[in-house]
Amino acid sequence: MSTAVALPAEITGAGRRRRRGSWLISACLVVVGVVVVMAVFGSAIAPQDPNAQNTFFILARPSGAHWLGTDSLGRDVFSRLIAGARTAFLGPLVIAASSMLLGNLLGLLAGYRGGRTDALIMRWVDLMWAVPGLLLIIVVAGALGSGYWLAVGLLIVLTVPFDTRVVRGVTLEQAPRPYVEAARTLGVPDWRIMLFHIWPNVSPVAIANAFLVFAGSLTSLAGLSFLGLGVAPGTPDWGLMLSEGLQDLFVNPIAVLAPGVMIVLTATSMNLIGDWLQERLSSKGAAR
Amino acid sequence: MTARGWAFFLARRLAVLALLLVVVSFAVFSLLYLSPGSVIDTLLGTNPRTPAELSYLTSEYHLNQPFLTQYWIWASQAVRLHFGNSIQTSLPVTSEIRQRLPVSLFLGVYAYILTVLLGVGLGIAAALRRQRLADRGIVGAAIVALSTPAFVSGVFLIYLLGIQVRLFPVAGPGTGFFGELWHLTLPAVALALTATAYLVKHTRAAVIGVLDQDYVTFARARGLTASRVLTGYILRNALIPVVTMSGLILSYVITGAVLVEDTFSLPGIGQLLVQSATAKDLPLIQGVAMVIAVVIVLANLLADVALMAVDPRIRLGRGSR
Repeated sequence: MSTAVALPAEITGAGRRRRRGSWLISACLVVVGVVVVMAVFGSAIAPQDPNAQNTFFILARPSGAHWLGTDSLGRDVFSRLIAGARTAFLGPLVIAASSMLLGNLLGLLAGYRGGRTDALIMRWVDLMWAVPGLLLIIVVAGALGSGYWLAVGLLIVLTVPFDTRVVRGVTLEQAPRPYVEAARTLGVPDWRIMLFHIWPNVSPVAIANAFLVFAGSLTSLAGLSFLGLGVAPGTPDWGLMLSEGLQDLFVNPIAVLAPGVMIVLTATSMNLIGDWLQERLSSKGAAR
Repeated sequence: MTARGWAFFLARRLAVLALLLVVVSFAVFSLLYLSPGSVIDTLLGTNPRTPAELSYLTSEYHLNQPFLTQYWIWASQAVRLHFGNSIQTSLPVTSEIRQRLPVSLFLGVYAYILTVLLGVGLGIAAALRRQRLADRGIVGAAIVALSTPAFVSGVFLIYLLGIQVRLFPVAGPGTGFFGELWHLTLPAVALALTATAYLVKHTRAAVIGVLDQDYVTFARARGLTASRVLTGYILRNALIPVVTMSGLILSYVITGAVLVEDTFSLPGIGQLLVQSATAKDLPLIQGVAMVIAVVIVLANLLADVALMAVDPRIRLGRGSR
């Protein structure tokens, strides 16, 4: 089984600290909730228009009118931070959901069918495993032209093997169990066994994994935008805000540090929630 | 494993790697045809479209030959490290890469050393103080570090140690060995952070697994000193994740280097890749991509060989098959 599944439980101290850690999880849920609200409503709840430029008021320090100051074009940093949640949330959500769907199907297939199907799928997974994703996206962006949704598409392809490997590992554990054998004896079709009998037992790991994938894609997409190969110039996006503000780090550091903090907070929360969910769901007796 | 077994293993791995590089090189060559517009347009870039230039490009890239012949000519040139000329600067791609390689290598090796030292050290420390404050602190920091991309940690480091406390320079590669060491400290720390966190996790798990083994209890019962137990039993097992994960760590370091070089304005390979991708300078992209692919493939081979040398279980397991 992949270490990516076994270790988060190890690092959170496997249940012993669950009661003590619950405030931490609540905090993480609050962070994610705030980000979701920001992503859904975006500029509608921002105090000012995130794209409105005010050349008389550039690089202002935080004040009552501009809570986090303004950037080099006089745009309100706080409003851009709120509007920027959309690209930080939507892309990773699409990636985590699609990669979970495809990865689960392939993983179930490989683990349940075994034999040549398994060998073929896993050979492909091993090949993709060694590919440094961000570099591949940069190279492709150089040839095809960069774009946010191109990066999202490539990241889906690159993360499917990750889900596949994890799900296959759990499926391999479940496939020889008596309940599978019983279903097969009753003549239940294979796809039904995979989806309705085995998958519910795989789902805790799969769902927890989706949160880890979300965190990983969030940082990858932000990194691409930081390099100027993600979202279009001018879009409010945390990664892009970091690179835009970098040369003004001396003048208005908050404008650069705030999006950085948002990236770290959101990714950490997602990772912790993923670990916690896996622990919760698997301790209810679903998996193992 | 016998010498013949080693030779067989190496030959088989090298054959697979060669095949892999052929596939990668084919994909990298095809980028020229995948990019929108005609190949001539791509190669022209923003240069003026004159008949002389057109005929030069056609003969230089053998565009009147069939696709596979073009690939063959390109690949045989690439083996000799000729990737054509950069569209932007019209300098040979190879000299551009050679100029940038030292900074990236220095940064990569520096970050790798930091990763191994910090990762193993903190991982062992956390495992030995399991469930105590130090362990919680290290594990908590590792979770945050795992979620922090290299460019964000880079910016934080610049702000904290470059601007608030003016300890380190914030941009440029520096000159001389110590100058470089000095200038590249912050980038190397930023680069090492994520991989270190990963290594801490794995080392901690490995050491905890060993601590509960009977042979460690027995070694203690025999009255061996704590340091003897640590070096002879625990450290040996703690080093296995370092070796098994070195391929992954390298992949982290190379990917992170692209972000970190951009953050700290370091003239390295990663910055070159981003610049060439932004400018759609395809010959340059192809050259850099091939160099990085070769580095990753070779490093993975090295990691496998090292793992077999370090862990007799794997060596014997494969040899007996």
